[in-house]
Amino acid sequence: MAKKADEAFTPTGMVYKSTSLPKPTRKKHKTLGLKDEQLPEIFRNMYLQRRFEERAAQMYQKGKFGGFLHLYIGQEAVSAATVTVLNDDDDIISAYRVHGMALARGTSPGACMAELFGKATGCSKGKGGSMHFFDVERHFWGGHAIVGAHIPLGAGLAMANKYQKNGRVAICFFGDGAVDQGSLNETFNMAQLWKLPVIFVVENNGYSMGTAVERHSAGQLHKRGEAYDMKNGVANGMDFLSMVETLNDVVKEVRETNEPYFLEVKTYRYRGHSMSDPGNYRTKEELEEFRSFDPIERMKDYIIKEKVATKEQLDEIVEEVEQEVLDAIDFAENSDFPEESELFEHVYTQEDFPFHK
Amino acid sequence: MAEKQFRDAIREAMVEEMRKDDSIIIMGEEVAEYNGAYKVTQGMYDEFGGKRVIDTPISELGFAGIGVGAAMNGLRPIIEFMTFNFAVVGLDQIINNAAKIRYMSGGQISIPIVFRGPNASAGQLGATHSVAFESMYAHLPGLKVMYPSEPYDAKGMLKTAIRDNDPVIFLESEQMYGMKQEVPDEEYTIPLGVGKIKREGSDVTIVAHGKMYHIAQQAAKELAKDGIEAEIIDPRSMKPFDFKMVIESIKKTNRCVIVDESHPFAGMASEIGFIIQRDAFDYLDAPVQRVTIPDAPAPFAKNLFDLWLPDAKQVIDAVKTVTYRN
Ligand SMILES: Cc1ncc(C[n+]2csc(CCOP(=O)(O)OP(=O)(O)O)c2C)c(N)n1
Ligand SMILES: [Mg+2]
Repeated sequence: MAKKADEAFTPTGMVYKSTSLPKPTRKKHKTLGLKDEQLPEIFRNMYLQRRFEERAAQMYQKGKFGGFLHLYIGQEAVSAATVTVLNDDDDIISAYRVHGMALARGTSPGACMAELFGKATGCSKGKGGSMHFFDVERHFWGGHAIVGAHIPLGAGLAMANKYQKNGRVAICFFGDGAVDQGSLNETFNMAQLWKLPVIFVVENNGYSMGTAVERHSAGQLHKRGEAYDMKNGVANGMDFLSMVETLNDVVKEVRETNEPYFLEVKTYRYRGHSMSDPGNYRTKEELEEFRSFDPIERMKDYIIKEKVATKEQLDEIVEEVEQEVLDAIDFAENSDFPEESELFEHVYTQEDFPFHK
Repeated sequence: MAEKQFRDAIREAMVEEMRKDDSIIIMGEEVAEYNGAYKVTQGMYDEFGGKRVIDTPISELGFAGIGVGAAMNGLRPIIEFMTFNFAVVGLDQIINNAAKIRYMSGGQISIPIVFRGPNASAGQLGATHSVAFESMYAHLPGLKVMYPSEPYDAKGMLKTAIRDNDPVIFLESEQMYGMKQEVPDEEYTIPLGVGKIKREGSDVTIVAHGKMYHIAQQAAKELAKDGIEAEIIDPRSMKPFDFKMVIESIKKTNRCVIVDESHPFAGMASEIGFIIQRDAFDYLDAPVQRVTIPDAPAPFAKNLFDLWLPDAKQVIDAVKTVTYRN
């Protein structure tokens, strides 16, 4: 039987340009409140995320660890801008594509790599793995792998902050695929009704696994906020300064009004959904186009053009990061696996829980 | 000591704990201004206000999840489900988030939260409104499960649940809310995982929790007329479960009947039965019997419903089987 395109329920066909970017900001870093000396460190932050994951992918391919591995490569401007704009005690929660965010927040590359390797020295003691990085001391609340399930958790973090009047805001990241979940709609309704200081950020990278956003979500994502009278907007996630510009306003507004905000960040992942995905659902042209404005290259060019640092100075950072990541791999390899007794640790807070045998 | 209803006992536990600890909040459908679908939260909104007694939309997934997030970040929420049948909509938050985040984070996070509300059948409410969930929740590591059968236990157990730093599933029953018992005003708690021998006897051990405990008592009265003295154990907590108390009792009676409102397949009764055969095999004078609801959803029709729900007669029959009086 012939397949008729006009009878298909889900829109079909290859989508060229799954996501389109708003124009990048023309403002300079100083106008956005950033000092010269911050920029090389931000470059370091972004490049660390990139290099860490490139090496992690190699380790995965060498069979050094198992499980899933979802790379954030291409989206680093989002995490870097987030940790730049937020206070260190604001609360961050995210989905499973999470290595970049943890590294950006300051979790050590060693603890992150060790977590990938499932070692006791990992940031979740080897019990979370790639999708469940946690660093609560740094107000980084994970690392969640049921699509959309942590959206209410983000609102709950904000509820506790508001209840305790501690002035902290919560920011909750999820993918475009998560927008299709009921959890988002239930949470948006309550977050607006209860006026919770939470920023919901959809990192719209164009795809939910292999399904282009036009093929899985009706309408523009950020407009979902409108139904709840939630303030909303769009940001260019491929450009660090544009992200900072948007987040500056959004964070200030949420902190002052104690009301939620829904931000759609247009971004792109260069790698497959996970390590097993060859990416046949997208065109080479699209990938090439997005690669042409790589957020890290762009940051580097900007720094050099603005004479904040020289190319040589940035090269030095690259070298240092390279070493840091190699050290992280060494650390992970040389760390021990968790003790067998750890199997029953951290199931409950109760020390003497009588496990059923 | 005053006689109090089950619902009053539960309310007292919550109110007393909330007066002492500012981080406790309660949220759920109709809990605040309506004073509770079953009047469990009556007056709490007046006392504590809308910051701590919070009406929610009909969004079980949403408010269960917001509760978990708030628990991660310093609050101690009590989540009231209008009934546990509706918690199914929010199960992801209970099973994947509340029960597992501590583990996945290597112990960085604790989630002191109580999910409470009525469980199991409450008359002819149809198949979707009559489900007993204790076996399902008890199955999952990371959760603790309590299921009181009387007002006295309910108050002491709920206080324990609220003070616990782990997620607790606290099961009640619409049909028990009006039940009365002496409940002291003075402070007391009942520990998790500790059952109670509520009737002593030497001929057979009956293990029965929740609403089924009352069926067991009816049966025991009838059996006594025939000279059979049943020992009734109300385990009170489903997880952890007081297996020791059951085994000790069987060493004395050598016979056991388990009464469970769950379905038979992979239910509480199966698990208790397994442990008995493993740990008390040599003490048994008859195979363990169980009385459960059948492996079928709750029917509506009165005659079928009566057939479906365990009753005292079924318990008596089971006891006669294990005592070879049939
Ligand atoms: C509830 C649920 N359904 C399905 C999956 C399997 N799954 C994992 S990631 C994913 C795609 C999600 O895409 P998106 O939200 O856009 O995030 P991205 O991968 O682009 O970061 C799917 C379907 C899941 N983890 N959870
Ligand atoms: Mg996506």
